[in-house]
Amino acid sequence: MAMTMTQKILAAHAGLPSVKAGDLIEAGLDKVLGNDVTTPPAIKVFEKMGVDQVYDKDRICLVPDHFTPNKDIKSAELSKCVRCFAAEQKLSHYYELGEKGMGIEHVILPDNGIVFPGDVVIGADSHTCTYGALGAFSTGVGSTDLACAMASGQTWFKVPEAIRVNLTGKPGRYVTGKDIILHLIGMIGVDGALYKSLEFCGDGIKYLSMDQRLTICNMAIECGGKNGIFPVDDITIDYIKGTNPERFSESDYKIYEADDDAEYIRTIDIDLSEVPLTLALPHLPSNTRRAEDVKDMLIDQVVIGSCTNGRWEDMVMAADIFKGHHVRKGVRCIVIPGSMKVYRKCLDEGLLAIFDDAGCIISTPTCGPCLGGHMGILAAGERCVSTTNRNFVGRMGHVDSEVILSGVPVACASAIMGRVAVPEEI
Amino acid sequence: MKVQGKVFKYGNNVDTDVIIPARYLNSADPEHLKQHCMEDIDPAFAGNVKTGDIMVADKNFGCGSSREHAPIAIKASGISLVIAADFARIFYRNAINIGLPIMECPEASAAIRSGDQVEADFDSGIIRNLTTNEEFKAKPFPEFIKRIIDEGGLVNYTKSKLKGGI
Repeated sequence: MAMTMTQKILAAHAGLPSVKAGDLIEAGLDKVLGNDVTTPPAIKVFEKMGVDQVYDKDRICLVPDHFTPNKDIKSAELSKCVRCFAAEQKLSHYYELGEKGMGIEHVILPDNGIVFPGDVVIGADSHTCTYGALGAFSTGVGSTDLACAMASGQTWFKVPEAIRVNLTGKPGRYVTGKDIILHLIGMIGVDGALYKSLEFCGDGIKYLSMDQRLTICNMAIECGGKNGIFPVDDITIDYIKGTNPERFSESDYKIYEADDDAEYIRTIDIDLSEVPLTLALPHLPSNTRRAEDVKDMLIDQVVIGSCTNGRWEDMVMAADIFKGHHVRKGVRCIVIPGSMKVYRKCLDEGLLAIFDDAGCIISTPTCGPCLGGHMGILAAGERCVSTTNRNFVGRMGHVDSEVILSGVPVACASAIMGRVAVPEEI
Repeated sequence: MKVQGKVFKYGNNVDTDVIIPARYLNSADPEHLKQHCMEDIDPAFAGNVKTGDIMVADKNFGCGSSREHAPIAIKASGISLVIAADFARIFYRNAINIGLPIMECPEASAAIRSGDQVEADFDSGIIRNLTTNEEFKAKPFPEFIKRIIDEGGLVNYTKSKLKGGI
């Protein structure tokens, strides 16, 4: 039976020779992830279940990143709950604020070499689908699923149907992974891949670095996808060699490839050379426009960061545009490096000075404003261009505020111009 | 098992940020969450909802984040059932896992209006609009999901499994 890449990974982890779309299977989990919002309810369920120990203390990753450094007393209690549980269970992948490996969960799991090709990962965070960029299967679940997975090391999946996304051509200047995924979501809608895999392929992927692929897979959920996944190629191998040389040298990973005759319910062709600088207007990620076409929209704030766009390449792109320029008076521009490693590299290589000279606010790694937590909440009537992943009603603050989603170059140009802008204007 | 109640009707793509805004996720206490349920699209909901009432929506209900706080907030509000044309997948899992009854039925979601009295039978999947005298049939749950529901939710299912019962 021919299988997609996702189906092959799931079959192997369920101990089955093959699976087909619609099968309900129970699969073993290589990593299980939770954060400061979703883990405390999971810990309650875990305790109620009467289980003493997690299935494997080296496979549970807990990352307090959403409301940290804690924004109020209640969120401090959430973090404390996670911290105590991690200590009791002697978890090796608990990340405390300020530690070298700390940061936003979906930035640090790939970057610390915790996820490798062929792994199956679930996380109580919808953007867990990010790791498909590495050729792994990963998807988001809720807190009860997290609790049961921490106890048993397994979870159930419905084997998904797949959409093949065939990427050809070379992206234009300033066109990033963010523009590509927004373009795709605009084509198929916020439920266009509901319950399905997005399997990326084609000649164009050789032009997409790992950071760009991580951004693309990160937002698979924004069109309802169960996962997004890239084939493993030289770019993947070079990346994992760097993130975890020890695991790499043990060959502790597996490359899965889709069968030539695998079944896809649909193929979408995207010529990357024709993808414009794209943004999503309020209040859905599918409400996409060419940035060029909405340049009259005035803005109050810009956010550069998040699990979607807080990686090293994002910071480099931002610094390239901000160098020698200044954020427009009346606009606040908040830059949030996605991890302590990214932050430190920005410090060592002079990027923080460029941001500071440009009049940006520089934050410690946190999800913060992306979900309206803290560090940049919007007032009624305010508008923000943001490199984050959602622009739902009230997402970044007041119910009458607006979020426009974009890639890093458009966000930086907009901060400098005080309105939606494209980098060519700078 | 049957439920009956007055309908609160919403549209397409009701996301988890409007079901329970993230600014309230600093506590997972159901009593806290229910006070803010649907606040950003229907500020009157929390004050008007009565135990047993039914929520009906169109496509892709519960899209967005993985927060289990969303079905918990709806359940704590007293809602006895959510009917939608279809559900976002993480919300679907979470609802099953925490015991919030859900039914997928595009026909019912298209026809039922706010304020209608609706009755639903979980065993037969029959949804009856008592206001208009219309009847609909929901999609049945897959066998595996039924097993989880029959075990009393994923927690009990996992417990039995760890004990070697399944």
